[in-house]
Amino acid sequence: MSLIEREIPGVVMTPDNIRSKKLPVVTNVLVAVAAFVVAAAVVLGLGIGNWVLVVVLGAALYLVGLSVVAGRIEGRRAARNRTMKSLIYAACLLAILPLASVVWTLISKGAARLDGDFFGTSMNNIGARDANGGAYHAIVGTLEQVGLATLMAVPLGVLGAIYLVEYGRGKFAATVRFFVDVMTGIPSIVAGLFILSFWVLIVSPWFNDGQPRFSGFAASLALAVLMLPTIVRSTEEMLRLVPGPLREGSYALGVPQWKTILRVVLPTALPGIVTGVMLSIARAAGETAPVLLVAGGAAAINMDPFAGNQQSLSLFVYQQAGDGSKFAPDRAWTAALTLVALVLVLTVSAKLLARRNKLSR
Amino acid sequence: MAKRIEASNVSSYYGSFKAIDSVSMTVEPKTITALIGPSGCGKSTFLRSINRMHEVLPGARIEGRLTIDDQNIYDPDVDVTAVRRMIGMVFQRPNPFPTMSIYENAVAGLKLNGVKKKSLLDDAAEKSLRSANLWDEVKDRLDRPGAGLSGGQQQRLCIARTIAVEPQVVLMDEPCSALDPISTLAIEDLMFKLKDRFTIIIVTHNMQQAARVSDKTGFFSIEKTGDPGRLIEYDDTQKIFSNPTQKKTEDYITGRFG
Repeated sequence: MSLIEREIPGVVMTPDNIRSKKLPVVTNVLVAVAAFVVAAAVVLGLGIGNWVLVVVLGAALYLVGLSVVAGRIEGRRAARNRTMKSLIYAACLLAILPLASVVWTLISKGAARLDGDFFGTSMNNIGARDANGGAYHAIVGTLEQVGLATLMAVPLGVLGAIYLVEYGRGKFAATVRFFVDVMTGIPSIVAGLFILSFWVLIVSPWFNDGQPRFSGFAASLALAVLMLPTIVRSTEEMLRLVPGPLREGSYALGVPQWKTILRVVLPTALPGIVTGVMLSIARAAGETAPVLLVAGGAAAINMDPFAGNQQSLSLFVYQQAGDGSKFAPDRAWTAALTLVALVLVLTVSAKLLARRNKLSR
Repeated sequence: MAKRIEASNVSSYYGSFKAIDSVSMTVEPKTITALIGPSGCGKSTFLRSINRMHEVLPGARIEGRLTIDDQNIYDPDVDVTAVRRMIGMVFQRPNPFPTMSIYENAVAGLKLNGVKKKSLLDDAAEKSLRSANLWDEVKDRLDRPGAGLSGGQQQRLCIARTIAVEPQVVLMDEPCSALDPISTLAIEDLMFKLKDRFTIIIVTHNMQQAARVSDKTGFFSIEKTGDPGRLIEYDDTQKIFSNPTQKKTEDYITGRFG
């Protein structure tokens, strides 16, 4: 008898006995059926809930029952393994459930206004009794604001991360890293207020005969403030993952450091950097508060992001959802669906682009 | 073209830790010099000091003189990239650039240093891959990723990459320690071939390898952990392996120590 056999009772598999009993599938199904029957009997018999509670209670009973039955048949270790596995699967299902629910709700409710009018017109001169009206101005606004914010935040963020990883030493780098961390926690409304007080109230009057002015650009400034820390942190992590010997291999060829970073380090880390950038873009596209504060929202099409109020998709959703018109909720749902689809398309295409540059394995 | 290397009283530090203590040796052009010794004795550190790769690590610095054909490479007005272009290095683990193809890897040093002409690059790629005994194996798939080759092929690709920039000295830091015996033999053959054009210094844990390939051998050792490494003995390989002067060298070579 081995030490393990002597010391740990109930170990079924030992060097002398490498076979163990397996729980038959029939038994597994029987346990499941029994669990749900008992759950249904308890819940419906006592009248304390409907089918939702039956499913939840049934699932819980099934997990308990399975671990007990498996413990009898398979031994403790196998039963514990089975229980943990079931818990993990259950957690996974629970995590997917809200996501699937959101997607389903968006598609089912947003499909109503998926028409040419929605994508081709604005809300200009649309009254409470008009069924048409669209989000063209909001789509334009979102694309321009997020695009400008990306143009500002990505170079700044990537360069900042390169500094932190490749050049930054000592106190200054530590301070920069600390403040980037702090920036990650800035609520979007605070970023909006900052741009409102700094750009809209102080700087914009210089360009507008002394009058403060809302603009899409102000919104993109606020969004850039929000995107920056995410981009810096994710890029930093990705650059740190590039192995040191790769850099040294390049140095050993007499390649200067800046060129090593540009041609060896960045390409190697590119797919990860793109993922980080896309995450920050997705976040920025969904922000409502800063746009409301500094771009003001609008009903009409405004193609110029540097002058005058501009709408964005998320702000459009917010306004339509709170609107009294009976046609507004449909517009809000479709706009929400559009926003999600837009971010999805951007993310997928960016990933494909980043991968196309890589050699095929 | 190959150059003579002269180290006099070279000490290397990692922060306040002294890794090697006043090493002096002269390496003649067009020879192969092997550095042997137990782990942590500073032979890799010394090797990395020769092409100023040591200072890449934060806090690392060096004292003493290291001259290549009478030019001190640690003079303040020396351009470190020029030194590294002159003194190439092959690392312990093959490190081909993962985003580049075999072709791009082979000419990476040229391309990244600004050579653009396609015909020049094509010639250099073929020449260096042939010198590295790799051409016949990869000539039909030059556009495939360099990281997709086997370990031995990757290491030969790294050697090709190194000699493509036509350095005068090639440093090898345990280039065969991750390779099987056949690939090791291929690389040793390669070293004999390269000896005509380059000065080669190789760090190795494999004493048969040192005895097989090198003209001269340097033995490094440390007293105990935390002490700096010292060059104990440096002489003709024949002499080191048959009749060493130092007791320590003899112990190490016969396997009684280290």
